[in-house]
Amino acid sequence: MEDQILLTMRGVSKTFPGVKALDNVSITLRKGEIHALMGENGAGKSTLIKVLTGVHAFEEGEIRLDGFDEPIINHTPIEAQKRGIVTVYQEVNLCPNLSVAENLFIGREPKTKLGYIDWRKMNKLSRELLKRLDIDVDVTQTLENYSLAIQQMVAIARAVDMDCKALILDEPTSSLDENEVSKLFVLMRHLREKGVGIIFVTHFLEQVYAVCDRITVLRNGEFAGEYTVAEMPRFKLVATMLGKDVDDLDSIKPEGCESNCDEIAVEAVGLGHKGTIKPFDFHIRKGEVVGVTGLLGSGRTEMVRCLYGADHAQSGTLKMKGKVLKAKAPIDSIKSGMGYLPDDRKADGLISELSVRENIVLALQARQGVFKTLPLAKQYELADSFIEMLHIKTATRETPVSQLSGGNQQKVILARWLCTHPDFLILDEPTRGIDIGTKTEFQKLILKFASEGMSVVFISSEIEEMLRTCTRMCVMRDGEKVGEIDGEMTQEIVMSAIAGGEEK
Amino acid sequence: MKRKSRINSNTLLLLITIALFIVMYAIGCVIYHEKGFDHLQTFLNILITNAGLLCVACGMTCVMLTGGIDISVGSLIAMDCMILAYGMGVKGYPCIPLLIFVLVIGLVFGLVQGFLVGYLDIQPFIITMAGMFFARGMTAVICTKQLSITQDANALFYSWANYKIFLPKFLGYLNSKGKLQIPFIRPTVLVALSVVLIIFFVLKFTKFGRALYAVGGNEASAKLMGLNVRSTKLKAYILSSFLCSIGGICYSLNTMSGSVQQAVGLEMDAIASSVIGGTLLTGGVGSVFGSLFGVLINGTIGTLVNTNGKLLSSWANIATAALLCFFIILQSVFALVKERKS
Repeated sequence: MEDQILLTMRGVSKTFPGVKALDNVSITLRKGEIHALMGENGAGKSTLIKVLTGVHAFEEGEIRLDGFDEPIINHTPIEAQKRGIVTVYQEVNLCPNLSVAENLFIGREPKTKLGYIDWRKMNKLSRELLKRLDIDVDVTQTLENYSLAIQQMVAIARAVDMDCKALILDEPTSSLDENEVSKLFVLMRHLREKGVGIIFVTHFLEQVYAVCDRITVLRNGEFAGEYTVAEMPRFKLVATMLGKDVDDLDSIKPEGCESNCDEIAVEAVGLGHKGTIKPFDFHIRKGEVVGVTGLLGSGRTEMVRCLYGADHAQSGTLKMKGKVLKAKAPIDSIKSGMGYLPDDRKADGLISELSVRENIVLALQARQGVFKTLPLAKQYELADSFIEMLHIKTATRETPVSQLSGGNQQKVILARWLCTHPDFLILDEPTRGIDIGTKTEFQKLILKFASEGMSVVFISSEIEEMLRTCTRMCVMRDGEKVGEIDGEMTQEIVMSAIAGGEEK
Repeated sequence: MKRKSRINSNTLLLLITIALFIVMYAIGCVIYHEKGFDHLQTFLNILITNAGLLCVACGMTCVMLTGGIDISVGSLIAMDCMILAYGMGVKGYPCIPLLIFVLVIGLVFGLVQGFLVGYLDIQPFIITMAGMFFARGMTAVICTKQLSITQDANALFYSWANYKIFLPKFLGYLNSKGKLQIPFIRPTVLVALSVVLIIFFVLKFTKFGRALYAVGGNEASAKLMGLNVRSTKLKAYILSSFLCSIGGICYSLNTMSGSVQQAVGLEMDAIASSVIGGTLLTGGVGSVFGSLFGVLINGTIGTLVNTNGKLLSSWANIATAALLCFFIILQSVFALVKERKS
């Protein structure tokens, strides 16, 4: 049973216009294993999964599934589901307006003899199902009353109950906090014991080592290898994903970014927004990189929103270069030289139908007003310089942003703010969901800007990343700034500061 | 343990609608006591006059649950009434085949609109607007005059229209002249109330009904969960137009006439009733009982203005406008509160 093969994809190739997205890729999933699928952005993870579940057609290769003699081809996700291959995405694909029980059973509701839906039976079955999986919710409540983590678990429960043999989890942990992630892991291990094969796509290395048995690595649309977790130390995994040595990562120790300038760029005293963040003090010098750390929901985003004026501060004062700034709306902050890269990439206004160039010049144009149009030549110049500087991988500057990969889209937003030449730039999780190579580039860029005199506030969930870039860190806990870490910073010091002395 | 959170905001909205109706009616009873507003027959008359609207509102609710809209219903009613009036009044056709014909037209009308919305993914507003122009135009093509159905033209239809179903005697009361009145309803009321019950059952206990909610809640998810989104939408529009034709027959029985200007703006009354009854224009939330009370509130406003006698009838529109604003603001506030909480 242990080594029984559940699903194999062999020699799969897929071409998009102009790009070979998958080239002779293979993956083998066994019963009762959690199989990590790793790779940088653009490595072909999503494409592979979409090919498997019938979202995309593929040109070469074959997919074999246990229980079918012939190779299978799924034409639609529903067809894949019927064969027992179910995907749970980061954005939960359930109906938030229906009850938990309905979400579990819609489309296959238990019926009474007269042919109408038997609600009592449906609720009972749902309760039993969720109890088996150790999920404690009231099944009659509407789904939207529950957290994203619970919603994901409900989606998984639905998959399990539909006799799913192969469960694909596509970056399920990106929006979850630690506690929720560990709950999800418990559920995943539980399913592993039941013989379900799980393909787990994630960017978080720790999570791979915490829960997975085997790893398949893709690189540039090609198969880079399959390993057991035991034989694959972190360093080697990263090296395999990048296809090069990772000296790069170490080479960007925070040297030379130590700010020797005493000019204070931004200073906040007693700034606060009722309901989201308690009054806090904050200052940043010219050319300094300050990190804001804390758990998800600890007030990191709320603090910078308050600084930026996205949430109107009800108390305290904010000084920018010594002058009091009364920002009523973000446009005031932009005009005084602030930039803010929010954490929600989709909602923050990348206009996916517009080209890379148009997206880049957007903020600058907005600051100039409608009547002072930037000359086209100037726009070309700006766009080209940022494409080169940030290594944005795009066919041309006129390519619609929607065709770019996630990491490159993120760079486009960054370019948008950089071309307004902000003195003070806030980056909220700029590296979330992007691959390690791009992350490294991002960190280098941040340091470069700082050395040119820009003050940067940097938020990241990955402490290592902040250790490499920041000179100082603000620690947030439960909607309050609880302290700052200065001087010597190690992972342990930061972790214990976040945890607040409690046993972690 | 979490008993309190059981009442979610949608249920609360429905309760507010019902409470509002009761309060409004009670106020009417107190103010217009002398004019007999508190007589049971006044309430029943609201049901009688609005039987057609009630059928239409039920169909509208189903369409709105999917996140769509159907603004062709007013014109379709005018066309139905015209077909009946022309068929019976001018041509002298028997009524049963004509009624079946009208219902079939409803089905076909819905089939075309539903196909275009569901399978070709065209905006429902545009499609049903085309349907609205088409039906109103066809009404005029059939006949531009105002036609009526007389007893001579069709005795059977006439007898249905004037048939009174009396309620039990103990509900009777003495009118201002001291004569015993036994309250009655028309057959159309029974038809409309059956429609409400059937649609309630369909929405709550059938796969199709739940699919309507799912499609309105999150279309992409509904698709991935294996529901047939296209056919669900198609069926919703067929249901709407079919119920609209039933409503058209009720309307015809009430007015016994057909004219191009009939039921102008009725689609807006139906939408207003659904919204006041707690149906969200964005889809996924709503109930047919809410819409029933929406229609009753709509009717009560009209009756109040009529009973007053001195007020311009347009005040009813202004009152509806105020109520609509009230409910839409209420819905937004609830949505905001919910967002805050999470």
